[in-house]
Parts: sequence; C-alpha cells; structure tokens
Amino acid sequence: MHNGILYLAGQSLKELMLPIIGSELIVNLIMTLICIGILFMLVAVSALVFTLGERKVCAWIQVRIGPNRVGPWGLLQSTADMLKLLTKEDIIPHGVDRWMWVLSPILIFIPAAMVYALYPFDDGVIFADVNIGLFLLIAISSQSVLPFLMGGYASNSKYAMLGGMRTVAQMLSYEVPMVIALMGIVMITGSLKMSAIVEAQSNIWFIFLQPIAFLIFMVTCLVESNRPPFNMVEGESEIIAGPFTEYTGMRWALFFLAEFANLLSIGILTATLFLGGWQGPDFLPGQLWFWIKAFLMVLIYQWIGWTFPRTRMDTILSFGWKVLLPLALVNLLLTGFGIYIFKWLL
Amino acid sequence: MATTEKFVLNMGPQHPSTHGVLQVQVELDGENIVGAKPVMGYLHRGIEKLMESRTYQQCVPFTDRLDYVSSMNNNLGFCMAVEKLAGIEVPERAQYIRTICCELNRIASHHVFIGSLTNDLGSATGMIYAFRDREKILDLFNIICGARMTCHYIRIGGVIADAQDEFLQKTEEFINYVPEMLDEYDRLFTGNEIFQKRMQGTSIISKEDALRFGMSGPNIRASGWDYDIRKIDKYGIYGKLDFDIPVGKTGDNWDRYIIRLQEIVESAKIIRQCLDNMPEGPFMAKVPKMLKPPKGDAYHRVENTRGELGFYIVSDGTNKPYRVHIRRPSFINLQALDHMCKGMVLADAVTAFATIDPLMGEVDC
Repeated sequence: MHNGILYLAGQSLKELMLPIIGSELIVNLIMTLICIGILFMLVAVSALVFTLGERKVCAWIQVRIGPNRVGPWGLLQSTADMLKLLTKEDIIPHGVDRWMWVLSPILIFIPAAMVYALYPFDDGVIFADVNIGLFLLIAISSQSVLPFLMGGYASNSKYAMLGGMRTVAQMLSYEVPMVIALMGIVMITGSLKMSAIVEAQSNIWFIFLQPIAFLIFMVTCLVESNRPPFNMVEGESEIIAGPFTEYTGMRWALFFLAEFANLLSIGILTATLFLGGWQGPDFLPGQLWFWIKAFLMVLIYQWIGWTFPRTRMDTILSFGWKVLLPLALVNLLLTGFGIYIFKWLL
Repeated sequence: MATTEKFVLNMGPQHPSTHGVLQVQVELDGENIVGAKPVMGYLHRGIEKLMESRTYQQCVPFTDRLDYVSSMNNNLGFCMAVEKLAGIEVPERAQYIRTICCELNRIASHHVFIGSLTNDLGSATGMIYAFRDREKILDLFNIICGARMTCHYIRIGGVIADAQDEFLQKTEEFINYVPEMLDEYDRLFTGNEIFQKRMQGTSIISKEDALRFGMSGPNIRASGWDYDIRKIDKYGIYGKLDFDIPVGKTGDNWDRYIIRLQEIVESAKIIRQCLDNMPEGPFMAKVPKMLKPPKGDAYHRVENTRGELGFYIVSDGTNKPYRVHIRRPSFINLQALDHMCKGMVLADAVTAFATIDPLMGEVDC
C-alpha cells in the first residue's frame, strides 16, 4: 500500500468520481488525462521557474544582482520574457529546409517532456511504472539527438551545421558510459523498474554504494543535457548558438523550454537514482523530500556550469571514451564482485 | 564514395568573440583550421588624416579612440611625441602622475584581456569578476579627470588637473587590493584544469616567429624576448623606478595569459613607488595656447598595454601637424593570427584572438 500524498489524493478523487460517472474505464481515462495535464504543467512551470532561477543563481555566482526590474525580486521576469518572445516576428530564413526546420524545435520538446512519465515523484506517484523503466528512460532521452541534427542541417548555416555535428558526437559518445555506470545500480536492485530502484534505497542510498557511478553519471548528465562546461552545442564564443543560431521568437523559446525541462530532468534523475528519491526521514512528506533533493541537484549542476570554462570538443570525446568508459567498466566489475561477496557473507 | 571538402567560415564582424568588429575568414577542414585570414577596416575612421586638420591640442582626444581601453597610454605617446618635437620640458610631478595613470590603465586593460579571454573560453563568470575589478580603476579615473574610458587627461606639457588626495589615497587602497584580487583569479580560473588544458601548448609562437611578425608587448615577451620600451628607452621617469619585465618561455596561450597577470603585479609595484616618491610642484608646463612646433619631425614610442605604440609627427611650422603616422601594436600583432590558428581546432581560434588581444579601435585606426 502506497502512502504518498499525491497518490492518496488521486485515490480519493477516483472514489469521488466513481459514483457520479459510474464507469471505471471512463474514470481511469479521466485520471490519465489529469496526470498528463499535470506533467505538462510541471514541464511548463519548470521552464518559467528556471528562466528566472537560472539567471538569479548565475547572478549570485557572478557577484551581480540579477533581474530585479519586472515585479518584486524580478518575479515577473519569465512572463516578460515569454511575452517578448511571443510578440517577435517569426522569421524563416531563405534556403532552409522548411519542414525539418519547423519540426526540429517541436520534436526536441517531445523526449524532454516524455521522460517525466517515468519519474517516481512520491510513493506510488509515477505515471508509467513499467518494468523496463530505466531502459525506456534512456531510450527516450537519446531521441533528443536527432532534432539537434535536424535543426543544424536544416538551418543552412555553417555554425548550425557545426553545432549539430558536435551534438551528435558528444551525445552518442556519452550515452555509453552513462548506461554502463547505471548498470551497477540495476545489478544491485535487480530490476529496471523505477519504483523498485527507489525502494531499494530505503536502507542506504546508492550514492554511497556506487560513488564512482555517481560521478560518472553527473558528468554524463551535464554532457547529455548540454549544460556548461560541456555546452559544445551552443559554444557561444565559437559557433554563436549552434543549431539554434537561425531560430527566433517562440521557435527559439521551445529549444530553451526543452533545455530547462532537461535541467530539471537531470536533477530529478540524479535524486531518484542516487539520493533515494522520495525517501527520507518521516518529519517531512516524501513529496517534499523529492523536490528538495531534485532542486539541490539542479543547483549543483548550475553551480558547476557557471564556474567552469567550456571544454574543447576533442577533449570531451577523448575524456568520454578513454577515461569515463573504462572507469564505468571497472565500476561494473567491482559491483559484480561486491554483490558476490555480499551474498557469500550472508 | 563519400568525399570531404574544406569550407570557409566567416567569423565576424558580428560574432560574439571577435572583440569588436574583427572579421576572420577561417578555412576549416571539419573542425580543424587550415588558415585564418583577418579582414580589417570596419572601424576605420581615418584618425591619422583627421589629425592633420586639427591643432596639436585638438589631436589628443583622437588618441583616446585608438586603443579605447588604455587611453591614458595613447595620450602619453602622442603628448610625448609633440613634446619632443616642440622641446617642452614636463614638470616632475606631472610625470609621476602620468606614470601612475598609465600603469593603472595597464592594469585595467589587462582586466579587459582576462575578462574577454575567460568569456571566450566559455566562463562568463570570469569576465564579470575581471570587469568588477576594472570598474575600481575606472572610478579612480573618474575622480582624477571626470572621464572613465576616453580620459583625455594627459595633455601636451603635463596633465590637465592635479591629482587630488582622494585619488592618491584610493589608488593606494586599490594597490593593496591587487594581491587579493589576483588570488581570487587564481582560485577561479588560473588553477582550473579545463582552463589550463585549453591554454597550455596551443597556438605557440616561437621567439623567431614573433620577431618575424614584428610583434611587441606582452605577446613577444611571452615568446621569451625581453623587449619592453619602458626598460629600453627609459622614457619619462621609468629609468628611476625599480620593476621587472616578466618573460615567458614557450610562447603559448598560457604564457601570454600568465605574463599579463605578472605585469599587473609589476604595474602595482611601479604605482606604489610613484605614490611614495610623489614630488610637489606644478603639474603643467608653460605651453602656448597656439602651439607651433618648429619645422621637422619626431618619433616617439611608448610601451602601450598591447605593445610598442609609436607616433611619428611631421611639423611644417604651423599649428597643425603636417602628417601623423601611428604605429599601432594591435595591428601588427594581428599578423600572427594565421600562424597561431593553423593546425588548431575551431575552439582554439577564439583563444588565439583573445590572447593576441587586438583592439579594433587601434587595428583600424
């Protein structure tokens, strides 16, 4: 029996609706739609929060004040930004591959939002608790490579093309160590199910059992979500904005919406896989623990991003293949031995 | 059968990291640079020609607009050339104030270097820190002459106003802050592994090549050539001061960066000596309002923050120069760009731009 607040709220809502509507099938359908709505809202709200939050955090690190003109403490900055982007002229440059160019910002948003279906927000609060959860999650998130390349190719700009190529190279290279690092967790849990991975951490968090995997995962997360110091995709001092160079207005905003969704995503993912997810001492509800951990991780990722200079493309690739991949393999081996010894001791 | 071909990437004049309006046509083979061709002239204002139709005093503000982040040094170069031409003796106090201002300006200019370099390397935080400290120097200039960047403070025959006690006191405060400031830079980026990895061993210019390109300033000193006009010509009061010339070894981007950090320390040393030995007296020589230097020509060079800045002035005996030629260090240093970029990857090109430290106001003149 689950006891997450949202889970209980959902159950009581279901019980409330059942006598009115009568059919359980329709009630389930309505509940599913509500859940999808909530998830989309979460993604949208995360973008609104991070438009301001990223700039505030960056300002604190850079001894500045940050946005403080629109609303108290700059709280309405996100609204002002969105309004500005919405009222901008929609420019489609000459010579672009129109269909691909238009589709790219839309497609990039799909995997970024879709992964939220697989996150266990609280005890029992998970949209799709499938038994191949982690596998599906990585499979979905790796789909975001293609829209980058599409945007880069379709823009008919050299900067965009270079940016698109860089994305493919770095994202594909870093998926390998990421997956192998996560294999350690799967071996200990014995399941790919997301809720099972969280429940397996009820005694000890995986950050203590898998410290090497945690570090590898953090680095690969930064690369996969194109956060600095690995934001080669944009690399604003070299290739201006990479695949986004030719986009304006809302199309450009969609890229950023996806970027912010990804930022929250890596925060949630790290908290779920290594920091025990929604588990924590009883004085706070699980939901709160979950968000505290997720935002703490987001803050750490932002901190890293705003402190370090950008790495070079070839350094990133050689680091991924020559350092992280062997390290992940060693971690896998050590985990195997560890489990064997643990079982033998018992 | 797949084939590959080289392509030309136009970086600039509208590009985030070309330091103004420099355009570089980079020939690329994938991400590897085959050649880099700087295209100049987007900021050309014809300053040399404009000077011919102004009186000598009116020419000085133009020099502010040459290398606009170290305007004091430009003022000094032009004024000293005119003083040489007209045989004007500058009072000692004025010379001390000039030296303080020039060295402060050197530090401020190196702040811009550090800021733009770190920004080009993708760490905007570094830029903000460097510019925060540069602000302190600009505030000092604000106190002494009311302007922050285009100072027009050093005039023919001396300086336009005496240095107030407030200025001297705040300058001392700033000098005391310098070690702390450099410590912070070291913690933030000098010691950073990514930063070091990107700078060390990239865009090497050997001593011979640096000479061949006619480079000067910190760029040639980074290549191991002990060449500083302040030591060679000992103009002004530099002969009386005790300071060292930092010299690099390999001439890579890292050396060019470290040299500038060390120069900040040396400049602080010079300013402290000037503050301690500041004499009393007039701050301006008696210069006629209508200055008419005798017929003839004069060349004077000073150590600008970016290298050897020379002014060649020809006088025909009237109150306006007949011809002015400016030896602009940024312009000449920029020749090495192609050599520095060859064989590097695209990300190194922006590092190379940043460490040559060209200022387009000076390149295009």
